[in-house]
Amino acid sequence: MTETWIILGATSSIARAFIRQEAANGSGFLLCGRDMDDIAATAADARLRGAPMAEAMAFDARQPDTFAPILDRAASLSGAVSVAVFVGSMPEQAAIDADPAMIAGVVTDSFTGPAQFLTAIAPMMETRGAGRVVGVGSVAGDRGRLGNYVYGASKAGFATYLSGLRNRLGRSGVHVMTVKPGPVDTAMTWGGPKQPLSTTPEVVARDIARGLAKRRNVIYTAGIWRLVMAVVRAIPEPIFKKMTF
Amino acid sequence: MRWKEMELAGWGRALKSTAAVARPERRSALAGAAAPAIGNRRSYGDAALNGGGKVIDMTRLDRVLELEAATGLLRVEAGARIGELAQLLAPRGWLPAVMPGTGFATVGGCIAMDVHGKNHHGAGSFGMHLAEIELIVGGEARPIGPDDPLWRATIGGLGQTGIITAATLRLIPAKGRTMRVREQRVEGWDEHIALLDSSDASYTVGWIDATATGARLGRGILEEGEISDASLPPAGRSRKVPLDAPGFALSSPVVRVFNAAYYARVPAQGRTVTRAQADFFFPLDRIHDWNRLYGKRGFHQFQCVVPPAQKDALRDMLRAIAQSGLASPLAVLKRMGPGRAGMLSFPMEGYTLAVDFPNRAAARSLIAALEDLAIAAEGRIYFAKDSLAGAAQVRAMYPELADWQAAVSAADPDRALETDIVRRLRLRDPA
Ligand SMILES: Cc1cc2nc3c(=O)[nH]c(=O)nc-3n(C[C@H](O)[C@H](O)[C@H](O)COP(=O)(O)OP(=O)(O)OC[C@H]3O[C@@H](n4cnc5c(N)ncnc54)[C@H](O)[C@@H]3O)c2cc1C
Ligand SMILES: NC(=O)c1ccc[n+]([C@@H]2O[C@H](COP(=O)([O-])OP(=O)(O)OC[C@H]3O[C@@H](n4cnc5c(N)ncnc54)[C@H](OP(=O)(O)O)[C@@H]3O)[C@@H](O)[C@H]2O)c1
Repeated sequence: MTETWIILGATSSIARAFIRQEAANGSGFLLCGRDMDDIAATAADARLRGAPMAEAMAFDARQPDTFAPILDRAASLSGAVSVAVFVGSMPEQAAIDADPAMIAGVVTDSFTGPAQFLTAIAPMMETRGAGRVVGVGSVAGDRGRLGNYVYGASKAGFATYLSGLRNRLGRSGVHVMTVKPGPVDTAMTWGGPKQPLSTTPEVVARDIARGLAKRRNVIYTAGIWRLVMAVVRAIPEPIFKKMTF
Repeated sequence: MRWKEMELAGWGRALKSTAAVARPERRSALAGAAAPAIGNRRSYGDAALNGGGKVIDMTRLDRVLELEAATGLLRVEAGARIGELAQLLAPRGWLPAVMPGTGFATVGGCIAMDVHGKNHHGAGSFGMHLAEIELIVGGEARPIGPDDPLWRATIGGLGQTGIITAATLRLIPAKGRTMRVREQRVEGWDEHIALLDSSDASYTVGWIDATATGARLGRGILEEGEISDASLPPAGRSRKVPLDAPGFALSSPVVRVFNAAYYARVPAQGRTVTRAQADFFFPLDRIHDWNRLYGKRGFHQFQCVVPPAQKDALRDMLRAIAQSGLASPLAVLKRMGPGRAGMLSFPMEGYTLAVDFPNRAAARSLIAALEDLAIAAEGRIYFAKDSLAGAAQVRAMYPELADWQAAVSAADPDRALETDIVRRLRLRDPA
């Protein structure tokens, strides 16, 4: 039976790599996001690479009325329906400092929008007792730091939400996996400061597939970031608060 | 679009320059863009460089948009790599009609250089198998077809007419995913030419031992291939050159030993083998970053084509190369047909020779001498490979240069698309 992936944020560089990889494995897709022209191209690409179905659907994390058509379409599909969340936005911290009202948008994009969607689809997944949830967070959510703590706080919120969702859906056999990438060479980071231990969208996609196969709860990618963040989390707050990185 | 300052190098790594680089991931980001587009920088010299300016890296725009299964028309974004397309298409019964010797070349780069493959004698150049190009001219995207005045200026046009965002390729049917390859030793120059002339295979290429002299001058291996549906031999692992190699890695004794071994690999009576398509079309791609074998200073490739009557000029070149002791293992001889699709396309009916040299003073002066021989033989050198020629040298080689200049000035009057090679060879300056 084919698995259909609902991809939230189908224009994301990381999403694209994941879509390609899973298309070659024969998965179907509901590709959801804001730039419909771009998503149409990704859908065509997915079909040519082996996806039995790839449909473009409008989704805006800030417009919850876009959710219902996707939920309806999902309900009409037979077989396992899975969800992968790639939505997120990372404006510069300085821009947020100058305009605190931006915080609501960042939190909606990276946390509350996707969380609302997942909460709405959860009963269907429970009933079917099948499907998987992949939620892309970030190492930035593991500890708040000077350069991006509003983005980090949204990711932390999302990670905590996913942990609760895992607790809930695990009882029905639905696997929920949190993905915490370190820096990835994508549109989001292009032209920004040089990042250490950076990886590519293809590696993240491969790590997600491996994590799913092993039914992992939380993965870091590149894997080295599990260790790095263990160290970062262990730094006592009195010292951490004086650090700049 | 966001821009990032980066030092970029051509594939030969002898020419480098710093530019602001954008790497759009969707075509809408290109609206209004006016900077030269680049692909995977598999051109050896400075075609994909723009020192002090901007370039747009197209490699993330690499989606397959439509395959018409009945006709074999494929619409694809310009950053798609030829090798990946081949791998995707062969199981579906198709292949790109023309493929250069590296699968990393993008569709945009193949159009802008009007590349040729091992089947040039029969199939012609890449641009001859295009149905449509989507081009951003003056900030706006529009489709152009063979009747458009910009068509022949865009194909082989070094990116100077605009940014190619997508294209429709006319594929060829492929009955399988492998190649049936006949390999035979060739003992010397005359035999090499005779075999190239008489070969009726779809894909034909001659590997030359550029260190051989005297009676063995021009010896090598002739490879003739046909698309096949025979099953695959088990795949080997791909290798990577981890660091810049020390200077001796390609010194002349090493090259001589390598070439002798390469020659002896094929039994005296020849052999027929089944190969993976990628191994036949892109033999060097298995060794990632092999350009680092030449060390930090990098290397040059000399490639020229001469008309049939001038084939002896190539023999003279080969003699000079062998005597110099500077050649690398990679020398290729091919028969070319007349097929070309653009005003500045490289191919012409005749024979083409391509040889790599380490970037040293002696090699640079040898290449200058080879270029003069090519001019004298009414031949031309290839912009995708060149990094050393001068403006005066190339003028005589490209008779349609003035027409091209007129088309390009109309499309890009502010010269926003100029690159290092265009400035070095003053390609856009009227004589
Ligand atoms: C190992 C090896 C083997 C090769 N074998 C062959 C061969 O057999 N036959 C052959 O013909 N060539 C061969 N080449 C050369 C290669 O095919 C060409 O240099 C080709 O142009 C490389 O494609 P690219 O995508 O890397 O383009 P780049 O090198 O990045 O760019 C080449 C040119 O195309 C322009 N360009 C690129 N993309 C676009 C776009 N989207 N819109 C507008 N302009 C664009 C650039 O401005 C530049 O002028 C070989 C190269 C290597 C390294
Ligand atoms: N790149 C990194 O270094 C890195 C590191 C850790 C975590 N991540 C996370 O990985 C995920 C994917 O990011 P990426 O690197 O692939 O960058 P990206 O290409 O910028 O992806 C971000 C995605 O979020 C979408 N999005 C933002 N706001 C939205 C909204 N309101 N409604 C719908 N979609 C919205 C964007 O859609 P539009 O195209 O419509 O804008 C885009 O698809 C993000 O969650 C990011 O936080 C990235």
